[in-house]
Amino acid sequence: MHYELTRFPLVKALLKNRWPQMLVWLVMLAGFLFAILSGFFGTPVGNRNFGIVFVWIAWWAVLILVAVPFFGRGWCSVCPIPLPGEWLQRGAIMNPPGNKPKWYNLRWPNKLRNIWLQNLTFTLVALFSSVILTTPKVTAIVLAAMIFLAIGMSMVFERRTFCRYICPVSGFIGLYAQAAPLELRVKDKQVCLTCKDKPCYNGSPAGYGCPWDVFPGGLTKNTYCGLCMECLRTCPYENIAVNTRPFSDDLAKPSTRMDEAFKAFIMLGAAMIYAGEFLGPWGSLKLAAYSVGSISWFGYLVAFLVFIFGLLPALFLGAVWIGNKLSQATAALKKSFTAFATSLVPLGLMFWVAFSLSFVLTNAAYIFSSLSDPFGWGWNLFGTAAIPWQPILTTILLPLQTLALAGGLLWTASTARKAGSEVKVSPVPVIVFSTAATVAMLGLLL
Amino acid sequence: MKYSEPLSRILIISGVLLVLAVPFAAQAIGAQGVIEIHARVAESGGWTPSTIRAKVGVPLHLRMTSDDVMHSFAIGQSDTPAVDVLPGQMTDVTLTFDKPGTYTYYCTRWCGPNHWRMRGTIEVTGGDSASPPPGTPPLYVTLNLDIDAAHPAAVIPVGIPEAQRGAQFADLLTTTVMSLDYYRSHSPAHAFEDLRVDPSLTSLNNSDLWDLIAYLWQSNSTPEGLAEGQRLFAQNCTACHGETGGGNGVFSANIKALAGKTPANFSDPTTMLGAAPALLQGKILRGGMGTGMPSWGPILTDQQTWNIISYLYTFQFNENSAAAGK
Repeated sequence: MHYELTRFPLVKALLKNRWPQMLVWLVMLAGFLFAILSGFFGTPVGNRNFGIVFVWIAWWAVLILVAVPFFGRGWCSVCPIPLPGEWLQRGAIMNPPGNKPKWYNLRWPNKLRNIWLQNLTFTLVALFSSVILTTPKVTAIVLAAMIFLAIGMSMVFERRTFCRYICPVSGFIGLYAQAAPLELRVKDKQVCLTCKDKPCYNGSPAGYGCPWDVFPGGLTKNTYCGLCMECLRTCPYENIAVNTRPFSDDLAKPSTRMDEAFKAFIMLGAAMIYAGEFLGPWGSLKLAAYSVGSISWFGYLVAFLVFIFGLLPALFLGAVWIGNKLSQATAALKKSFTAFATSLVPLGLMFWVAFSLSFVLTNAAYIFSSLSDPFGWGWNLFGTAAIPWQPILTTILLPLQTLALAGGLLWTASTARKAGSEVKVSPVPVIVFSTAATVAMLGLLL
Repeated sequence: MKYSEPLSRILIISGVLLVLAVPFAAQAIGAQGVIEIHARVAESGGWTPSTIRAKVGVPLHLRMTSDDVMHSFAIGQSDTPAVDVLPGQMTDVTLTFDKPGTYTYYCTRWCGPNHWRMRGTIEVTGGDSASPPPGTPPLYVTLNLDIDAAHPAAVIPVGIPEAQRGAQFADLLTTTVMSLDYYRSHSPAHAFEDLRVDPSLTSLNNSDLWDLIAYLWQSNSTPEGLAEGQRLFAQNCTACHGETGGGNGVFSANIKALAGKTPANFSDPTTMLGAAPALLQGKILRGGMGTGMPSWGPILTDQQTWNIISYLYTFQFNENSAAAGK
């Protein structure tokens, strides 16, 4: 059930015109800088600091509960991080690209053209999350580091290498964007084949070549399309469409890449660890995660890494191996492994939805106070500074979480069946693995 | 389209400048004439700034916030009520001093093991330029007591002395013994030794005599004083000394780790009955003794100190607070 949204002239005009996107960018950039400023100069008390509250509660809630599940990489299309670097790289914000590159414009090394680095950056952020998520100054440092790194990389490399290969957020958004009911695709591949200049990739006076280093004509999944809309602007044949589609459309064709498979494990495992760490009753675990550099933190680090990169993949591999044996499959174990890992995408997404619901509903009240007093300086801009903290909708929290987890499991089972039929391997062991993980996650959330 | 590029550049640059400049400008304007004080647990620096200057009769505007946990701001030897200083929120207080001097401000919330180190000073100048008259030295100084020396009681009662029972022998006491001076300068054990050799009290056995001493201690307090002593003890002392004075408060383990000694045990008759009120006054006012005991001199008024001391003896004597002072 694909439905082309760009068939509506107004939608197409809004997406094609640079100004709507620019204005959203402007607001996002202001908010981003404000978060950095409040982190450095505002109160060090996390729940009263705009940087913490708006990044880790408000933005995260919108991202994981709305943007990613429904719009895929929609956030990437308005993320302010690449904006300053791209301005430097292109020498312009709105004007058509010149012929001469402004900086080094190097190609990203072939060996790094995967998401292993993103797996690494996400793991690094995850390992320090207790500190990053609660300490405004550290959040500010991380945000500032991201924007400076993006600027630096824009000056050295071509296109958006930071977004594509480094950004810790971009990696999992790309993975879960496959499940989203929104896509950018070409209408007719034949048109692309016969297109001589391929301005969607190379750029033209109408716009820039794909900043995500993707040839739209070859797009089969959402993972690496940043929805920046440049190809919509450059395509001389009006062959680009933004479509709605059924959820998880991309997952019907399972991945063959190990970096993407491990991204799925990282996300699944991190959600489980966080549920235990942030929502569980284990004070010593919280303390260990927070005491960076201490012996207990090293213990946490080892446990974190072993769980995500050892235990989970090993158990999953076991499940896949049993599936292979049951089916007397001829497919290589690696192929089955990566194919079935794709089925963990909906499960991981729903794990994150369930986990995020918990802390977002618990902490959402802080949004009102920090909106009026973003720095904790005693302001009361909108008269909401004194609104006391109170968890909201707690009565429906557990039913919602259970529903999300159950839905995620069913969704994963259905995806595993499709993956199984692709590689001719029984999906039952993988479904059992997913069920066990879901029960464990539910136990952690209860 | 012609103006898109310059317009977008202007928008971005002005947006960035706006975000960077406006908060600080607004804060600078709003903070004029106000001193901002940040409270942190003592291990992270305590009060910042820790010294404030003010002038007699000129309102001092303070804006306080906590950078970690809940604290509370109070001024020693003052009736000004304590105000809570909440994490990430601003609390405004305006103070006006009518006398020059050095005032101590301190935290009244148990914020950490070194809570009592959270102190700062307000130096108030101006007004009557003449130097304030020198105060009377505290009793423990006048008596030249060595407050660091061990003070075990030579004799202790078998049970808990009953003040109410001791009241029946009150007529046997001389006015000298009944005086405030005698009470403050003698330990209960010392009083026992004095009275034991008093010929008019030979008819009393040791138990009767201890009851009489309990009565003597009770008669030097008032119900209001004991109530205030109890309140101040609960507020300032229980975290280390424990609710029942047993030296086993929630921070006692930390004190042991820091100072190598547990806090004083007021329920131990050997040490407590060997301590005169003046000796306890010295310990409270000066603090120290290598135990992590804070100096309460700048915080408590003279009467508050005596009231706490009166309350401390209730860990040894069964006193009837309603009958105190009689």
